[in-house]
Amino acid sequence: MDFSFLADYYKFFINGTQITVMLAFFSVLFGIFIGVFLAMFKISSNKILKAFASAYIEFIRGTPLLVQLFIIYYGLPMFGIEFPDFPLFGQNVGDFMAGVIAMSINSGAYVAEIFRAGIQAVDKGQMEAARSLGMPYGMSMQKIILPQAFKNILPALGNEFIVVIKESAIVSIIGIHDLMYNADTVRGNTYKPFEPLIVAALIYFVLTFTLSKAVGYLERRLSTD
Amino acid sequence: MIEIKKLNKKFGDLHVLKDIDLTVEKGEVVVVIGPSGSGKSTLLRCLNRLEEPSSGDIIFEGISIMDDEHHDINKLRQKMGMVFQQFNLFNHMNVMENITLAPIKLKNMNTEEAEKVAKDLLDKVGLMEKEKSYPAQLSGGQKQRIAIARALAMSPDVMLFDEPTSALDPEMVGDVLKVMKDLASEGMTMVIVTHEMSFAKEVADRVIIMDEGKLIEQGPPEQIFNNPQHPRAQDFLERVINLF
Repeated sequence: MDFSFLADYYKFFINGTQITVMLAFFSVLFGIFIGVFLAMFKISSNKILKAFASAYIEFIRGTPLLVQLFIIYYGLPMFGIEFPDFPLFGQNVGDFMAGVIAMSINSGAYVAEIFRAGIQAVDKGQMEAARSLGMPYGMSMQKIILPQAFKNILPALGNEFIVVIKESAIVSIIGIHDLMYNADTVRGNTYKPFEPLIVAALIYFVLTFTLSKAVGYLERRLSTD
Repeated sequence: MIEIKKLNKKFGDLHVLKDIDLTVEKGEVVVVIGPSGSGKSTLLRCLNRLEEPSSGDIIFEGISIMDDEHHDINKLRQKMGMVFQQFNLFNHMNVMENITLAPIKLKNMNTEEAEKVAKDLLDKVGLMEKEKSYPAQLSGGQKQRIAIARALAMSPDVMLFDEPTSALDPEMVGDVLKVMKDLASEGMTMVIVTHEMSFAKEVADRVIIMDEGKLIEQGPPEQIFNNPQHPRAQDFLERVINLF
């Protein structure tokens, strides 16, 4: 094996890693946002919200991410929703947006189930105590239930971040210059089919391994009991 | 102060409360006793609508708590403190935060004011030194006294106690009952569901016996404990008094 190509091409890997991390970060951020609301809908007593959340979660979890990505990327423009078409830091912003939207919609469904389980694991008495003091439902959720649920689900949420980082490799297919896409570019330019993939795999592993260690640390810090 | 009219509660086919009529006067200490499953706790939980009554009405300070159109139940609940069997302190907050959260969020108190109130209350329940502790670091008796302080921080007009000592180790019960006695002697209106018969005898202005969802007997403690009329009340008291 010969890794001498790195001298000329290391920048491809650095840039690709940046895009991958940013993509995963925004996807998880919006995914959490979507997930919290879906989870609240799913445990609410409103039948319409409940049905909507259930349908969303079942559909997203029951279809491939690749299909969802294509539906967003090719489908939205057909309905007149055009993605912007200009580069930023060497990356087409529209493509990046399509990737983040598809990944967050996807991740939201999984995060919703994580949150739902976390919320339901908080003792019922906590909500009752909050309500008995006169706190409205929303405030009780925000101040009492969600902070405790969040602590319960932190490991699962960290896992979801790791899954998103790995699955984000799929967005290279719509031309986002992420780690996978750039590794592929290097393979083409150097006529080395194998070594660039090893480099990409190592970088993915360092990202996910570091993250799982960080989550473990945070988990220990947050435990008060 | 509280007027319960023809209150009914059903859980599916289970008829838990049957046509309860009851009035609680200002400053009165009402103790509710009865065999388990008789509907005591459900009755108490209906008073602030933690349980939704199936029919009937509850008038609190002249306002129907069932009247959602004209009155915000959250506002009414602010005036009804509640203490639970399982304490239900907020596990992710320390003692000070537990007590000050509701006054700061709901009564627009500033932090300084709320903490001053909290310190007075902690002093009152004898736990001044615990303000920075988390619930997990406290004993059951301490948790329950903090829970009482938390409810009092909203300066409620009535306090509801749902078996406050049932989850405690025996040696902790006294501390909690003492706090409750002090409250009673200060003139707080209280409705207490309990199994502590000697406490009921000593502190209650009126004792109520419930059985199978019905209010079967009520009166001053001397009368209830020494001369119960209803056969089921006699039966129940015989069994619990024999324990002592």
